Order: sequence, then C-alpha cells, then structure tokens
Amino acid sequence: MAEEFWRWKEYNWHDPDMDPAAADVISAGVDVGSVSSQAVVMLDGKLFAFSNMRTGSDSPQSAHKAIDWALEDTGLGLDDLHFTVGTGYGRVNVPFAKKAITEIACHARGANFMYGPTVRTVLDMGGQDCKAIHCDEKGKVTAFLMNDKCAAGTGRGMEVMADLLSVPIEDVGAMSLDVEDEPEPVSSTCVVFAKSEASGLLRQGWPKNRVLAAYCAAMAHRVVSLLERIGVETEFAITGGIAKNPGVVTRLEQELEIEALKPETDTQIAGAVGAALFARALYAKQQKSA
Amino acid sequence: MITAGIDVGAKTIKVVLLADGQPVVQKIASAGLDTRSALDRVVADAVAAADGLERDDIDFVVSTGAGRQDVPFADDQVTEVTAAARGARSLYPNARTVIDVGAEEGRAVRCNEAGGVEDFAVNEKCAAGAGTFTEAMARALEVDLEELGRMSLRSTQAVPMNAQCTVFAESEVVSLLHAKTPKEDISRAVHDAMASRVTSMVRKVGFQKDVVLVGGLAKNAGFVDSLQRGLETEILVPDTAEFVGALGAALIAAERAGEGR
Amino acid sequence: MLANYGYTDGSGEYFITVDTDRCIECAERPCAPACPAGVLEVIEDDYGDEVCAVTEAHRKQIKYSCAPCKPADGWSTLPCLEACPNEGALSHSW
Repeated sequence: MAEEFWRWKEYNWHDPDMDPAAADVISAGVDVGSVSSQAVVMLDGKLFAFSNMRTGSDSPQSAHKAIDWALEDTGLGLDDLHFTVGTGYGRVNVPFAKKAITEIACHARGANFMYGPTVRTVLDMGGQDCKAIHCDEKGKVTAFLMNDKCAAGTGRGMEVMADLLSVPIEDVGAMSLDVEDEPEPVSSTCVVFAKSEASGLLRQGWPKNRVLAAYCAAMAHRVVSLLERIGVETEFAITGGIAKNPGVVTRLEQELEIEALKPETDTQIAGAVGAALFARALYAKQQKSA
Repeated sequence: MITAGIDVGAKTIKVVLLADGQPVVQKIASAGLDTRSALDRVVADAVAAADGLERDDIDFVVSTGAGRQDVPFADDQVTEVTAAARGARSLYPNARTVIDVGAEEGRAVRCNEAGGVEDFAVNEKCAAGAGTFTEAMARALEVDLEELGRMSLRSTQAVPMNAQCTVFAESEVVSLLHAKTPKEDISRAVHDAMASRVTSMVRKVGFQKDVVLVGGLAKNAGFVDSLQRGLETEILVPDTAEFVGALGAALIAAERAGEGR
Repeated sequence: MLANYGYTDGSGEYFITVDTDRCIECAERPCAPACPAGVLEVIEDDYGDEVCAVTEAHRKQIKYSCAPCKPADGWSTLPCLEACPNEGALSHSW
C-alpha cells in the first residue's frame, strides 16, 4: 500500500502479490472528477491497482491516462479488462467504459467496500462538489444530497483560501489546528466574500494559522448543515480529498459529536472503487444472459 | 434646506446633496479598507463641490446601503429597497419595477401606482448574483469592466455557461479561452448568465412597466442588453444610475426634515 | 430512496426532494409535464427503477428555475405538487 496517502500527490499503486492470470473477472472503475481522476482495477472484487491524478483540461484523455497509469507494470492492458464503469463529473467522458453510473451510487458502494457494511452515512467532499449519502449494509443508496452549484464546502473553496495565504493545500489542515484557541468561524458562506473577509483578518494582524482555523471551522459547520439535512446515522465515513484535511475533519467530528471511521485506503478512490464493483456485478449479469 | 443621502455600498460610497429637493452634487468614492475615513472624505468632497456650502449647512442626513449603520452622523436610515424605489420614481414618475444591482447584492422591487413598495426580492450573500461576478470574469478575461460590457455587444454566437458560482465560472471562462472561444462570446455568456439570475428575481415580484435599472451594474452595456433580452421589455436606465439609492435617501431626508423628525 | 436535488449557497437552501419509493408507484408521472419550466424528468436510476428527477441542467439553478412559481409574497401551491398523486413523493424545501 502506498505510504503517505494523506499527501495530495499524484501516484499509482498495485499489489505485487496478486496474480491477474488467476483472476476470473478483471473489472475497472474510472472516476473522472473536475479536479482529480482515479482509476481502480479489481481482481474478482479485490483491490489490485489504482491511480490518483489531477484531471487535465481534456476529460477523455484523463480517463485514458488514469487507467494506463493504474495498469502500469501490471502486465495488463485496456483489452484485458472485462468490464469498465465510468463515473464522476466527467463520467460521460470515459470513452472505453461500457456503462456510466452516478457518482452517488459509486461512492456509496465504494465506501461500503472501504469501510465495511456498518457504514450508514458517507460524506464526500470532492474538488467541485459536496455529497451526503445514506446507504444500507450492501452499499445501496437510501438517501442522498449533493451540492455542486456552490464552491463553499468543496476542494476548490479550500484551494482559493490556500492560494490567498500561499499555503500548500496539504498543509492547511495541520496549520489550522495549530492555534491557541478556536477563533470565530468566517461568517460568509460564499467563497468570494469569505476571501475578502480573510484578507481583512490578515490586515488586522491575524496569523495565517488562525485565518485557516476560522475558514476550516466555517467549512466544517457548513458541511454539518448539509449532513443534518438528511441526518447522520453511524457509522459515519468520509471520502474524497477533504478526508485528508484534519482541520476540517476534526472540527466536523466535534460538531457532530461523532467520530468518523478511520480510512485505510486513499479516500479519493472511493468513487472508482464503487464503479469497479458495479463493473464486476454487471459483467456477471452480462455473462448470465449471454 | 440642504439634505444629504449617503449610500454606503459594499464597494463604493455615494453621496447626493439636495438643495430644496433639487440635486446639486453627487459624489462617489471607493469604500476601501477604512470605510469611516472614506465616508468623511467623500462627504467633505461633496460639500466642497457645492458652492458656498459648509458641512454644518446640511439639515438632515439619511443613510442607506449595506453599511447604513456605519454612518454616525446620519439622522435616519432607510433600506436599499425604499431608497431605490424613491430615487427611481423621482426620475421616472411611472416606474413600477425597480431593479437594483450593486457589487454584492441584487434586488427587484415592485411599486404600486403611488410609488409605495409592494413586493421585493433580494439576491444576497452569493457573489454570482451581483457585480462581483462580472468583475471576476473581467479579471479572468483580462479586460476592464467597461470593455467587458462593450465586448458583449459584439458577440456573434451564444455560448452556454454552466457554472452558477463565481469561482467555478472563472474556471469555465479559462476553459473556454483554452478552447479558443472568442472573448466577445464569452463576455456575452457572462452577461446572459448574470441577467438570467436577475431576471428570475424580477419574475418573483412580477414586473410591470416602467422597468428601471439602477445601481452600479446599470453602467454595463452588455448587462443591460442581456437583461432586456431576458425580460423582453424595455428597460429605462438613468445616467445617474449609481446614485439613485443615495438620491432616494436624500429625498426622504427632505421629507423627514420637513416633518420635523 | 430520498433523492435531494439542489444546493445551498450563501443566499439559502434550495432542494427538491423525490421519495423514489413512492415515485415508483406512480404510472403516469404527471409532475414532469406539469412544470412550466421543464425542471422535472423521468429517468432510470442506477438501480434500474423509473423515477422522477430534476434534470441535470436545472440542478444547479433550482432557485432560479422555480422562481416564477414562487412569488415574493409567498406560495401555497405549485403545479408539480398539485399534479403528483402520491403525497410526499415530491417536496420543496423553500
């Protein structure tokens, strides 16, 4: 397993101890988001390989790059995949996928795989959206709420703040927790206005850590409101890039008074994992009716 | 009798001085980082611009705008809705719908025959609903605001804009530029998107002629054009569009001073 | 499943909720054609059920799409809600 997955660097990984030749079904899921893309390859429903990279300006290219990178050094090529499901913001842009499934369904299924059948509430904060999902023990969606209209509560919103303060995004969380006491959260929901507000705080002499704390607190609070709209049932799990930001995660756990399940795999691949699992099931169905 | 209307907006402060109900001076200044001193300066400028006037000659001050509470010397305050309606009616006696789009807020006001406010709808706390949106897009296109407006009128093709958020729209503009979309067409898409949000607010209050557009965004020819197309009706735009709120406040000041308040 | 379509932004919370378990029972789905703005459509969801949903184009601007049916002085009924035969299958949060 790749170490330091909590750093947002692009990387790929595969399990050197698994043998694709011994697998019955090789399924793949490709999640093309507006900010990042992931490809996951599974052998009989077990995680074999994945890639996590920044989406370029050309979505179909991103899908190819992601799968090629995931398959690198595995001895497998695109033609060896029995079934591929595409998902994400650009899910219609996975040209080699046999089917497209919504990111909601894929995230629920992926979270079920990554965190186990006790997961009931999944929070996903992606590059340009934020989703709250309820699922059952099989990873089937029972309720969902997605916000992809507004940058607040998304990775992009966090990037705007990181840019303003010239802080690398992967350092935001730790820095925001390095404060003597919790400041009042930034009052503007809107990222554009929050940026002005943050500039004002900097001019007043606030250190960067404190400004980040105020912003992470506001983001956590906003996410809690989103979750409360459909309710939070344990177990609770977080996927997507923001799961790697302890500044938001810690604060949101505090406000909810619930601890999120700890991830063991890269939280950004959840959508692609779910897609790969759907792919396996769809392949089996296809074979049955053949 | 000298009265003053002060409209403290998110971006600019507007001052209108009336002498016996007639406008004599209008001044605008950037609200800047220190609103209090900007306020003092713009009022001083306004007074200086009126021949023979002293600061103490002002009999009554009414403030309006997002920062109306921050005018310590104001005798009274009115909401932007009231001020915009009053100001627009003074310029257009048959105004029934007043659309006011500023830097951070947009509002639509419907008036009855007598000019009283019947209904209003406000778009606030979201940058995409106000002038901040066009400013951000102008930056992304690397043109100034005036040029952005003019460019829009030279567009030859409608291009869809999917993003409804200023932050995402900026990324979308960058993508469109990468795809070699002409800046004129992008500019039109920006103004059409903005106008469609404002139009929906106007439809919430139900519009009736005369429709008047006031506020900072009224100076943007591209926006006015998009709004006219969106509402499919004639829109009246005063030359002093930015000052209409302050004018309304100053007129209300004259009324209230007369009442001995 | 409770499908919430819409968003929260600085100006408020705007969601149309489809209770797909109730939606499945309906044969004709009169809600979709009843909407003057074309906000609703019938889709096959990820689990193979035919249900109503807010179209992709409208999800990000639902506040603006529904504005004509929601005058500033308040609303008591909407064409989509009137058309829906299963109470609770369709609801608006604002």
